[in-house]
Amino acid sequence: MNRSTIDLWVGIFVTIGFGAIVLLALKVGNLTSLSSTPSYRLEARFDNIGGLKLRAPVKAAGVVVGRVDRIKLDPKTYQAAVTLSVDNGYHFTKDTIASILTSGLLGEVYIGLDAGGDTQMLADGAEITKTQSAVVLEKLIGQFLFDKAASGGGK
Amino acid sequence: MPADALTHGLRRIGLGTLTAIARMGYAARFFVAVIMHSPEAVRRMRLTLREIYFSGVLSLVIILVSGMFVGMVLGLQGYDSLNKYGAGDSLGIFVGLSLVRELGPVVAGLLFASRAGSAITAEIGLMKTTEQLAAMEMMAVDPLARIVAPRFWGGVVSMPLLAALFSIMGVFGAYVVGVRLIGLDAGTFWGNMRAGIDFWPDVTNGIIKSAVFGVAVSLIAVFEGYDAKPTAEGVSAATTRTVVGASLAILALDFILTVFMFRGLGI
Repeated sequence: MNRSTIDLWVGIFVTIGFGAIVLLALKVGNLTSLSSTPSYRLEARFDNIGGLKLRAPVKAAGVVVGRVDRIKLDPKTYQAAVTLSVDNGYHFTKDTIASILTSGLLGEVYIGLDAGGDTQMLADGAEITKTQSAVVLEKLIGQFLFDKAASGGGK
Repeated sequence: MPADALTHGLRRIGLGTLTAIARMGYAARFFVAVIMHSPEAVRRMRLTLREIYFSGVLSLVIILVSGMFVGMVLGLQGYDSLNKYGAGDSLGIFVGLSLVRELGPVVAGLLFASRAGSAITAEIGLMKTTEQLAAMEMMAVDPLARIVAPRFWGGVVSMPLLAALFSIMGVFGAYVVGVRLIGLDAGTFWGNMRAGIDFWPDVTNGIIKSAVFGVAVSLIAVFEGYDAKPTAEGVSAATTRTVVGASLAILALDFILTVFMFRGLGI
Protein backbone atom coordinates (compact mmCIF):
# COMPACT_ATOMS: atom_id res chain seq x y z
CA MET A 1 0.00 0.00 0.00
CA ASN A 2 1.71 3.19 -1.02
CA ARG A 3 1.51 6.47 0.77
CA SER A 4 -0.88 8.40 -1.41
CA THR A 5 -3.44 5.58 -1.36
CA ILE A 6 -3.38 5.57 2.44
CA ASP A 7 -3.71 9.36 2.47
CA LEU A 8 -6.66 9.17 0.12
CA TRP A 9 -8.47 6.56 2.20
CA VAL A 10 -7.81 8.36 5.48
CA GLY A 11 -9.08 11.54 3.84
CA ILE A 12 -12.26 9.80 2.69
CA PHE A 13 -12.72 8.19 6.12
CA VAL A 14 -12.27 11.42 8.07
CA THR A 15 -14.52 13.34 5.67
CA ILE A 16 -17.42 10.91 5.81
CA GLY A 17 -16.90 10.52 9.57
CA PHE A 18 -17.30 14.25 10.15
CA GLY A 19 -20.09 14.23 7.58
CA ALA A 20 -21.87 11.64 9.72
CA ILE A 21 -21.51 13.84 12.81
CA VAL A 22 -22.91 16.84 10.92
CA LEU A 23 -25.74 14.68 9.59
CA LEU A 24 -26.49 13.48 13.12
CA ALA A 25 -26.59 17.08 14.28
CA LEU A 26 -28.77 18.42 11.47
CA LYS A 27 -30.91 15.55 10.28
CA VAL A 28 -31.35 13.39 13.39
CA GLY A 29 -31.00 16.02 16.12
CA ASN A 30 -32.50 19.46 15.73
CA LEU A 31 -29.48 21.69 16.00
CA THR A 32 -31.00 24.27 13.70
CA SER A 33 -34.05 24.99 15.83
CA LEU A 34 -32.31 24.90 19.16
CA SER A 35 -29.53 27.23 20.09
CA SER A 36 -29.15 29.63 17.20
CA THR A 37 -32.28 31.70 17.81
CA PRO A 38 -31.87 34.41 20.45
CA SER A 39 -34.60 34.43 23.06
CA TYR A 40 -36.04 36.44 25.93
CA ARG A 41 -37.48 35.30 29.22
CA LEU A 42 -40.94 35.37 30.69
CA GLU A 43 -42.05 34.35 34.17
CA ALA A 44 -45.25 32.56 35.06
CA ARG A 45 -46.61 31.20 38.34
CA PHE A 46 -48.80 28.16 38.52
CA ASP A 47 -50.61 26.52 41.43
CA ASN A 48 -49.70 23.13 40.03
CA ILE A 49 -47.48 22.30 37.10
CA GLY A 50 -48.39 18.61 36.94
CA GLY A 51 -45.79 16.73 34.91
CA LEU A 52 -44.10 19.76 33.33
CA LYS A 53 -40.38 19.18 32.82
CA LEU A 54 -37.39 21.32 31.96
CA ARG A 55 -37.00 22.00 28.23
CA ALA A 56 -40.67 21.23 27.62
CA PRO A 57 -41.99 23.17 24.62
CA VAL A 58 -43.88 26.45 24.85
CA LYS A 59 -46.52 26.61 22.13
CA ALA A 60 -48.82 29.29 20.81
CA ALA A 61 -51.59 28.01 18.53
CA GLY A 62 -49.70 24.73 18.38
CA VAL A 63 -46.48 26.31 17.10
CA VAL A 64 -43.37 25.85 19.25
CA VAL A 65 -42.19 29.34 20.22
CA GLY A 66 -39.85 28.51 23.11
CA ARG A 67 -38.79 26.18 25.88
CA VAL A 68 -39.21 25.89 29.64
CA ASP A 69 -35.98 27.19 31.06
CA ARG A 70 -36.31 26.81 34.82
CA ILE A 71 -38.80 25.49 37.35
CA LYS A 72 -38.68 26.55 41.00
CA LEU A 73 -40.99 26.56 43.99
CA ASP A 74 -41.74 30.01 45.35
CA PRO A 75 -41.10 29.51 49.11
CA LYS A 76 -43.59 32.24 50.10
CA THR A 77 -46.65 31.49 48.00
CA TYR A 78 -45.93 27.80 47.46
CA GLN A 79 -46.55 28.29 43.78
CA ALA A 80 -44.37 26.93 41.01
CA ALA A 81 -42.33 29.72 39.40
CA VAL A 82 -41.62 28.74 35.79
CA THR A 83 -39.22 30.65 33.55
CA LEU A 84 -39.92 30.41 29.83
CA SER A 85 -37.44 31.33 27.17
CA VAL A 86 -39.31 32.54 24.11
CA ASP A 87 -37.79 33.17 20.68
CA ASN A 88 -37.11 36.83 19.98
CA GLY A 89 -39.28 36.76 16.90
CA TYR A 90 -42.47 36.22 18.90
CA HIS A 91 -44.08 38.76 21.19
CA PHE A 92 -47.14 38.31 23.34
CA THR A 93 -49.68 40.73 24.75
CA LYS A 94 -49.80 41.61 28.44
CA ASP A 95 -53.05 39.74 28.97
CA THR A 96 -51.69 36.48 27.54
CA ILE A 97 -52.92 33.38 29.33
CA ALA A 98 -50.36 30.64 30.01
CA SER A 99 -51.82 27.21 30.62
CA ILE A 100 -50.25 23.82 31.18
CA LEU A 101 -51.61 21.34 28.67
CA THR A 102 -51.01 17.77 27.61
CA SER A 103 -50.93 16.67 24.00
CA GLY A 104 -53.19 13.66 23.93
CA LEU A 105 -53.88 11.47 26.93
CA LEU A 106 -50.33 10.21 27.37
CA GLY A 107 -48.43 12.82 25.38
CA GLU A 108 -45.86 15.36 26.46
CA VAL A 109 -46.77 18.20 28.82
CA TYR A 110 -46.29 21.68 27.39
CA ILE A 111 -47.19 25.29 28.08
CA GLY A 112 -49.78 26.87 25.81
CA LEU A 113 -49.84 30.63 25.36
CA ASP A 114 -53.09 32.33 24.31
CA ALA A 115 -52.58 35.94 23.36
CA GLY A 116 -55.27 38.44 24.32
CA GLY A 117 -56.26 41.81 22.88
CA ASP A 118 -54.01 44.10 24.88
CA THR A 119 -51.97 46.60 22.89
CA GLN A 120 -48.94 46.40 25.19
CA MET A 121 -46.48 43.55 24.84
CA LEU A 122 -44.66 41.54 27.49
CA ALA A 123 -41.04 42.63 27.80
CA ASP A 124 -38.01 40.56 28.74
CA GLY A 125 -38.36 39.30 32.31
CA ALA A 126 -42.03 40.22 32.59
CA GLU A 127 -44.48 37.98 34.40
CA ILE A 128 -47.54 36.39 32.83
CA THR A 129 -50.19 37.00 35.46
CA LYS A 130 -53.01 34.96 34.00
CA THR A 131 -52.19 31.30 34.35
CA GLN A 132 -54.08 28.07 34.32
CA SER A 133 -52.68 25.10 36.23
CA ALA A 134 -52.27 21.58 35.02
CA VAL A 135 -55.27 19.30 35.17
CA VAL A 136 -54.40 16.53 37.59
CA LEU A 137 -56.27 13.44 36.51
CA GLU A 138 -56.50 11.98 40.02
CA LYS A 139 -58.12 15.15 41.37
CA LEU A 140 -60.53 15.17 38.47
CA ILE A 141 -61.55 11.58 39.12
CA GLY A 142 -61.80 12.30 42.85
CA GLN A 143 -64.09 15.26 42.17
CA PHE A 144 -66.21 13.16 39.83
CA LEU A 145 -66.62 10.43 42.43
CA PHE A 146 -67.39 13.01 45.11
CA ASP A 147 -70.07 14.61 42.93
CA LYS A 148 -71.56 11.22 42.16
CA ALA A 149 -71.67 10.35 45.84
CA ALA A 150 -73.22 13.71 46.72
CA SER A 151 -75.93 13.45 44.07
CA GLY A 152 -76.58 9.81 44.97
CA GLY A 153 -76.91 10.66 48.68
CA GLY A 154 -79.43 13.41 47.90
CA LYS A 155 -81.95 11.00 46.46
CA MET B 1 1.24 -27.77 58.43
CA PRO B 2 -2.38 -26.74 59.07
CA ALA B 3 -1.55 -23.09 59.74
CA ASP B 4 0.23 -22.91 56.41
CA ALA B 5 -2.73 -24.48 54.62
CA LEU B 6 -5.02 -21.97 56.33
CA THR B 7 -3.02 -18.95 55.23
CA HIS B 8 -2.34 -20.34 51.78
CA GLY B 9 -5.67 -19.21 50.32
CA LEU B 10 -5.43 -15.82 51.96
CA ARG B 11 -1.90 -15.34 50.68
CA ARG B 12 -3.04 -16.10 47.16
CA ILE B 13 -5.79 -13.50 47.45
CA GLY B 14 -3.27 -11.01 48.77
CA LEU B 15 -0.82 -11.72 45.97
CA GLY B 16 -3.59 -11.42 43.37
CA THR B 17 -4.72 -8.07 44.78
CA LEU B 18 -1.20 -6.69 44.93
CA THR B 19 -0.48 -7.81 41.35
CA ALA B 20 -3.69 -6.23 40.13
CA ILE B 21 -2.90 -2.94 41.88
CA ALA B 22 0.67 -2.98 40.58
CA ARG B 23 -0.63 -3.56 37.02
CA MET B 24 -3.14 -0.72 37.38
CA GLY B 25 -0.34 1.55 38.52
CA TYR B 26 1.84 0.43 35.65
CA ALA B 27 -1.02 1.03 33.20
CA ALA B 28 -1.61 4.53 34.63
CA ARG B 29 2.09 5.40 34.34
CA PHE B 30 2.09 3.95 30.83
CA PHE B 31 -0.91 6.17 29.96
CA VAL B 32 0.94 9.26 31.21
CA ALA B 33 4.02 8.22 29.23
CA VAL B 34 1.94 7.79 26.05
CA ILE B 35 0.38 11.22 26.56
CA MET B 36 3.84 12.72 27.11
CA HIS B 37 5.00 11.16 23.83
CA SER B 38 1.92 12.35 21.94
CA PRO B 39 3.64 15.37 20.35
CA GLU B 40 5.78 12.76 18.55
CA ALA B 41 2.60 11.28 17.05
CA VAL B 42 1.70 14.71 15.68
CA ARG B 43 5.23 15.37 14.43
CA ARG B 44 5.31 11.99 12.68
CA MET B 45 1.91 12.52 11.09
CA ARG B 46 2.73 9.94 8.44
CA LEU B 47 2.77 7.15 11.05
CA THR B 48 -0.44 8.30 12.71
CA LEU B 49 -2.20 8.52 9.34
CA ARG B 50 -1.11 4.97 8.63
CA GLU B 51 -2.62 3.84 11.95
CA ILE B 52 -5.87 5.71 11.24
CA TYR B 53 -5.93 3.76 7.99
CA PHE B 54 -5.45 0.42 9.74
CA SER B 55 -7.78 1.10 12.71
CA GLY B 56 -10.38 3.30 11.07
CA VAL B 57 -10.60 2.76 7.33
CA LEU B 58 -10.23 -1.02 7.53
CA SER B 59 -12.92 -1.16 10.25
CA LEU B 60 -15.37 0.71 8.02
CA VAL B 61 -16.91 -2.37 6.42
CA ILE B 62 -17.76 -4.17 9.67
CA ILE B 63 -18.99 -0.93 11.28
CA LEU B 64 -21.21 0.10 8.36
CA VAL B 65 -22.69 -3.36 7.81
CA SER B 66 -23.31 -3.94 11.55
CA GLY B 67 -24.85 -0.48 11.91
CA MET B 68 -27.22 -1.18 9.05
CA PHE B 69 -28.30 -4.52 10.50
CA VAL B 70 -28.67 -3.21 14.06
CA GLY B 71 -30.81 -0.36 12.73
CA MET B 72 -33.00 -2.69 10.70
CA VAL B 73 -33.53 -5.00 13.70
CA LEU B 74 -34.31 -1.98 15.89
CA GLY B 75 -36.82 -0.86 13.29
CA LEU B 76 -38.63 -4.19 13.26
CA GLN B 77 -38.49 -4.86 17.01
CA GLY B 78 -39.24 -1.27 17.94
CA TYR B 79 -42.19 -1.04 15.60
CA ASP B 80 -43.59 -4.33 16.90
CA SER B 81 -43.40 -3.18 20.53
CA LEU B 82 -44.48 0.42 19.94
CA ASN B 83 -47.42 -0.62 17.81
CA LYS B 84 -48.88 -2.53 20.76
CA TYR B 85 -49.47 0.85 22.36
CA GLY B 86 -50.56 2.44 19.14
CA ALA B 87 -47.34 4.45 19.06
CA GLY B 88 -45.80 3.00 15.89
CA ASP B 89 -45.35 6.53 14.61
CA SER B 90 -42.76 7.14 17.33
CA LEU B 91 -40.36 4.65 15.74
CA GLY B 92 -38.10 7.47 14.55
CA ILE B 93 -37.45 8.90 17.99
CA PHE B 94 -37.07 5.41 19.51
CA VAL B 95 -34.48 4.31 16.97
CA GLY B 96 -32.68 7.64 16.88
CA LEU B 97 -32.33 7.97 20.65
CA SER B 98 -31.19 4.38 21.19
CA LEU B 99 -28.59 4.65 18.44
CA VAL B 100 -27.25 8.12 19.17
CA ARG B 101 -27.13 7.78 22.94
CA GLU B 102 -26.27 4.12 23.50
CA LEU B 103 -25.96 1.62 20.71
CA GLY B 104 -23.84 3.73 18.36
CA PRO B 105 -20.96 4.35 20.77
CA VAL B 106 -21.22 1.02 22.64
CA VAL B 107 -21.61 -1.43 19.75
CA ALA B 108 -19.14 0.48 17.59
CA GLY B 109 -16.75 0.43 20.56
CA LEU B 110 -17.13 -3.33 21.05
CA LEU B 111 -16.59 -3.97 17.34
CA PHE B 112 -13.64 -1.60 17.32
CA ALA B 113 -12.08 -3.41 20.29
CA SER B 114 -12.39 -6.77 18.56
CA ARG B 115 -11.41 -5.59 15.10
CA ALA B 116 -8.71 -2.96 15.71
CA GLY B 117 -7.77 -3.36 19.40
CA SER B 118 -6.84 -7.02 19.04
CA ALA B 119 -4.77 -6.27 15.93
CA ILE B 120 -2.84 -3.50 17.72
CA THR B 121 -2.09 -5.76 20.70
CA ALA B 122 -0.99 -8.65 18.51
CA GLU B 123 1.22 -6.38 16.41
CA ILE B 124 2.98 -4.72 19.35
CA GLY B 125 3.20 -8.04 21.22
CA LEU B 126 4.80 -9.73 18.27
CA MET B 127 7.24 -6.83 17.85
CA LYS B 128 8.21 -7.35 21.47
CA THR B 129 8.54 -11.12 21.00
CA THR B 130 10.78 -10.73 17.97
CA GLU B 131 12.79 -8.11 19.90
CA GLN B 132 12.03 -5.34 17.43
CA LEU B 133 11.19 -2.99 20.32
CA ALA B 134 14.52 -3.79 22.00
CA ALA B 135 16.30 -3.24 18.69
CA MET B 136 14.68 0.16 18.36
CA GLU B 137 15.82 1.14 21.82
CA MET B 138 19.34 0.06 20.83
CA MET B 139 19.13 2.46 17.89
CA ALA B 140 18.02 5.23 20.29
CA VAL B 141 14.52 5.22 18.82
CA ASP B 142 11.91 5.38 21.55
CA PRO B 143 9.29 2.68 20.85
CA LEU B 144 6.73 4.72 22.80
CA ALA B 145 7.09 7.55 20.31
CA ARG B 146 7.63 5.47 17.19
CA ILE B 147 5.19 2.57 17.77
CA VAL B 148 2.82 3.17 20.68
CA ALA B 149 1.78 6.84 20.41
CA PRO B 150 0.75 6.73 16.71
CA ARG B 151 -1.34 3.59 17.30
CA PHE B 152 -2.95 5.12 20.37
CA TRP B 153 -3.89 8.33 18.56
CA GLY B 154 -4.99 6.47 15.45
CA GLY B 155 -7.54 4.66 17.61
CA VAL B 156 -8.59 7.79 19.49
CA VAL B 157 -9.26 9.67 16.24
CA SER B 158 -11.02 6.78 14.50
CA MET B 159 -13.43 5.74 17.24
CA PRO B 160 -15.80 8.77 17.38
CA LEU B 161 -15.99 8.86 13.58
CA LEU B 162 -16.80 5.16 13.43
CA ALA B 163 -19.48 5.55 16.13
CA ALA B 164 -21.10 8.42 14.22
CA LEU B 165 -21.08 6.37 11.02
CA PHE B 166 -22.57 3.43 12.90
CA SER B 167 -25.43 5.63 14.17
CA ILE B 168 -26.08 7.07 10.73
CA MET B 169 -26.17 3.63 9.14
CA GLY B 170 -28.47 2.44 11.92
CA VAL B 171 -30.87 5.31 11.37
CA PHE B 172 -30.78 4.59 7.65
CA GLY B 173 -31.47 0.88 8.29
CA ALA B 174 -34.44 1.76 10.50
CA TYR B 175 -35.67 4.14 7.80
CA VAL B 176 -35.49 1.36 5.22
CA VAL B 177 -37.45 -1.03 7.46
CA GLY B 178 -39.87 1.49 8.94
CA VAL B 179 -40.70 3.58 5.88
CA ARG B 180 -39.99 1.32 2.91
CA LEU B 181 -40.97 -2.04 4.38
CA ILE B 182 -43.62 -1.32 7.02
CA GLY B 183 -44.96 1.75 5.32
CA LEU B 184 -44.72 4.47 7.95
CA ASP B 185 -44.93 8.01 6.68
CA ALA B 186 -41.45 9.33 5.92
CA GLY B 187 -42.33 12.81 7.19
CA THR B 188 -43.57 11.44 10.52
CA PHE B 189 -40.47 9.28 10.87
CA TRP B 190 -37.99 12.13 10.38
CA GLY B 191 -40.17 14.73 12.08
CA ASN B 192 -40.57 12.68 15.27
CA MET B 193 -36.88 11.96 15.28
CA ARG B 194 -35.90 15.59 14.97
CA ALA B 195 -38.48 16.72 17.51
CA GLY B 196 -37.30 14.22 20.10
CA ILE B 197 -33.53 14.38 19.68
CA ASP B 198 -31.49 17.46 20.47
CA PHE B 199 -27.96 18.11 19.35
CA TRP B 200 -27.25 19.07 22.92
CA PRO B 201 -27.30 16.92 25.02
CA ASP B 202 -28.23 13.77 23.04
CA VAL B 203 -25.83 13.87 20.09
CA THR B 204 -22.99 15.50 22.05
CA ASN B 205 -23.32 12.89 24.82
CA GLY B 206 -22.93 10.16 22.21
CA ILE B 207 -19.83 11.84 20.81
CA ILE B 208 -18.34 12.24 24.31
CA LYS B 209 -19.03 8.58 25.04
CA SER B 210 -17.42 7.39 21.82
CA ALA B 211 -14.36 9.58 22.45
CA VAL B 212 -13.96 8.16 25.97
CA PHE B 213 -14.36 4.60 24.63
CA GLY B 214 -11.77 5.39 21.95
CA VAL B 215 -9.22 6.42 24.58
CA ALA B 216 -10.02 3.39 26.77
CA VAL B 217 -9.85 0.80 23.99
CA SER B 218 -6.70 2.24 22.41
CA LEU B 219 -4.95 2.49 25.76
CA ILE B 220 -5.83 -1.08 26.75
CA ALA B 221 -4.75 -2.35 23.32
CA VAL B 222 -1.33 -0.68 23.30
CA PHE B 223 -0.75 -1.44 26.98
CA GLU B 224 -1.55 -5.14 26.69
CA GLY B 225 0.68 -5.39 23.61
CA TYR B 226 3.55 -3.57 25.30
CA ASP B 227 3.11 -5.60 28.50
CA ALA B 228 2.70 -8.98 26.75
CA LYS B 229 4.94 -11.90 27.69
CA PRO B 230 7.36 -12.21 24.77
CA THR B 231 6.23 -15.68 23.76
CA ALA B 232 3.66 -16.97 21.30
CA GLU B 233 1.44 -17.91 24.25
CA GLY B 234 1.95 -14.54 25.87
CA VAL B 235 0.87 -12.64 22.74
CA SER B 236 -2.24 -14.77 22.37
CA ALA B 237 -3.12 -14.25 26.06
CA ALA B 238 -2.55 -10.49 25.70
CA THR B 239 -4.82 -10.32 22.64
CA THR B 240 -7.57 -12.11 24.57
CA ARG B 241 -7.07 -9.77 27.53
CA THR B 242 -7.42 -6.77 25.21
CA VAL B 243 -10.77 -7.89 23.80
CA VAL B 244 -12.17 -8.97 27.19
CA GLY B 245 -10.78 -6.01 29.11
CA ALA B 246 -11.73 -3.41 26.50
CA SER B 247 -15.28 -4.79 26.20
CA LEU B 248 -15.76 -4.75 29.96
CA ALA B 249 -14.24 -1.27 30.16
CA ILE B 250 -16.65 0.00 27.50
CA LEU B 251 -19.71 -1.38 29.26
CA ALA B 252 -18.63 -0.19 32.71
CA LEU B 253 -17.63 3.26 31.44
CA ASP B 254 -20.93 3.45 29.56
CA PHE B 255 -22.84 2.94 32.80
CA ILE B 256 -20.77 5.53 34.66
CA LEU B 257 -21.04 8.09 31.86
CA THR B 258 -24.78 7.50 31.50
CA VAL B 259 -25.32 8.09 35.22
CA PHE B 260 -23.52 11.44 34.99
CA MET B 261 -25.26 12.43 31.77
CA PHE B 262 -28.72 11.71 33.16
CA ARG B 263 -27.87 13.78 36.21
CA GLY B 264 -27.06 16.59 33.82
CA LEU B 265 -30.47 16.23 32.20
CA GLY B 266 -32.07 16.89 35.57
CA ILE B 267 -33.78 13.53 35.88
